[in-house]
Amino acid sequence: MAKPVANAAVGFFYDPEELLKAGSAARERGFKNLDAYMPYFVHGINEALGIKRSWVPWATLAAGVTGGSLGFLFQAWVSAVDWPLNVGGKPFISWPAFIPITFETTVLFAGLTTLGALFIACRLPVKNPKVLDLRLTDNCFALVIPISGTGSEEERFLNEVGAEDVRRV
Amino acid sequence: MSVEVASKPPLIPSRITMADVTADVLRPIDRPGKLWFLGMAISVTALAFGVWAVAVQQMKGVGVWGLRNPVMWAFDITNFVFWIGIGHAGTLISAILFLLRQRWRTSINRSAEAMTIFAVMTAGLFPLIHLGRTWYAYWLIPYPNERLLWVNFRSPLLWDVFAVSTYLTISLCFWYQGLIPDLATVRDRTVSKIKKFLFGIFSLGWTGSARDWNHYEKAYLLLAALSTPLVLSVHSIVSFDFAVSQLPGWHTTIFPPYFVAGAIFSGFAMVMTLLVILRRVFKLEEYIGLHHLGMMNKIILVTSWMVGYAYMTEAFAAWYSENPFERFTFWNRAFGPFAWAYWIMVICNFVIPQIFWFKSARQHILTMFIISIFVNIGMWFERFTIIVTSLHRDFLPASWDTYAPTIYEIGMTVGSFGFFMTFFLLFARFLPSLSLAEVKGVLVNPSGKKVHQTAEVAHG
Repeated sequence: MAKPVANAAVGFFYDPEELLKAGSAARERGFKNLDAYMPYFVHGINEALGIKRSWVPWATLAAGVTGGSLGFLFQAWVSAVDWPLNVGGKPFISWPAFIPITFETTVLFAGLTTLGALFIACRLPVKNPKVLDLRLTDNCFALVIPISGTGSEEERFLNEVGAEDVRRV
Repeated sequence: MSVEVASKPPLIPSRITMADVTADVLRPIDRPGKLWFLGMAISVTALAFGVWAVAVQQMKGVGVWGLRNPVMWAFDITNFVFWIGIGHAGTLISAILFLLRQRWRTSINRSAEAMTIFAVMTAGLFPLIHLGRTWYAYWLIPYPNERLLWVNFRSPLLWDVFAVSTYLTISLCFWYQGLIPDLATVRDRTVSKIKKFLFGIFSLGWTGSARDWNHYEKAYLLLAALSTPLVLSVHSIVSFDFAVSQLPGWHTTIFPPYFVAGAIFSGFAMVMTLLVILRRVFKLEEYIGLHHLGMMNKIILVTSWMVGYAYMTEAFAAWYSENPFERFTFWNRAFGPFAWAYWIMVICNFVIPQIFWFKSARQHILTMFIISIFVNIGMWFERFTIIVTSLHRDFLPASWDTYAPTIYEIGMTVGSFGFFMTFFLLFARFLPSLSLAEVKGVLVNPSGKKVHQTAEVAHG
């Protein structure tokens, strides 16, 4: 989860396709820990930069299973253990009647956990986010290459692939 | 990316670039315009009427509504079911159309999701008001208490508590997640220090790193996938409030799909009403184009047939049941004292929307605006018809009675529209009313560099 890397070369692009091309080229050149800044999600960027699949779905699955189980067990415990009430000789654990709430607790736990997991994965909230350039949330893209060595190689590469502007941060 | 778009005319005019999107959508945040203040004045007045009506009811008791046996449920539950239904279109647009990869949803999903949240908030007020002693609302939640009592987990009314509160929570999560990148855009763009501070807090420090976007997209997909069955469950559970009772006209298995279809139908009509105004007031005609509105009108036409089919099924099931009470209830609905409400429902919901078979009607702004109003009215009367006509003449003619609303019920209903519109206008004024990050993703020419190339694509 490389957050804004200190000592990196940043190339700015105005077009998403140029960003993708530059990203793939950087990866082929063997640069590691690449990152990009984008005003919207550009499809193909994960493949271009070699970003691993997100782990967030596992958290969602675990929370969904937990929420559903807890929801069902709680209703069963209330109806059969804590306050058993005989309604016309029907079973205490009348499970079909418990399904709606079981479903709702599944979704509730899974949904809240998904958002929570997203915050943890992105390390949000950040008090003073390092904004490289104000246009990066508007109409500009940036490819970030961490510098190993002098940095001249990274800068030269970014110029070669046609970055509009190259900076060091 | 461009290959896929090239086969069809672009969703948004190809000359629009990412910078244009940001500027056009965020303009109302800096300068709302006069019409916004006019709308706000009307909404707040309506809200004040509602606050007065509810305040009187809370002080004097539910008796001021004048409800008496056998019609013990009327405007309050009608409004509850109506507003919950309105919310459903927002989730359909944001979640189901997202899963189906319908790219035209990007221009409308933000305002539709906002509508969902405000509609569910409005709906949630009615059961609380109807409690009479609203300050005991926490009794609805199962918590260990000194009375050693639990709530009844087998009651659809309790399912409602879970369904509606889960629906509100998850819709809020989904909406907020979608807002985060756009809030960051406002933060980076505004010159006002107060806005920079506030949007800085609510954007949580989002920077748009590709590694964050990777998690973001996954989480968004998951929330969409969770919302999809959720939205179907909510109105199904609301319909159980009626369907599990023994009352003719309510005790029917068609209710869950009938309610869900009606909810989507009414919700799309409400989105249409709001969008036609929004695009005009905030000059977003290029983003919410005739193509988007035309697609929504097609869905209105489809769901109109679904509710129309449900009306026919109700008639058929009443006849086929061989049950004199069922037959009478249907006959009484269509030709009894509340026949006017039934026929308003049929005409507004099933007859009038048929004009959308014509493409010229589907793409004519005034036509679709008027039809959307008719559908809103028709769907309100559908809920009213189901509730009041089933109740007012039940098994024993000796207990029959009629029903007329009081000023407090009317005030509460008008107030609910004021409540909803006040929140919606505040949203449209202070938050990006279109999803910037998603609209930018469907632009043909995001950087504005490929002018000549895309012009050919657009016309060829």
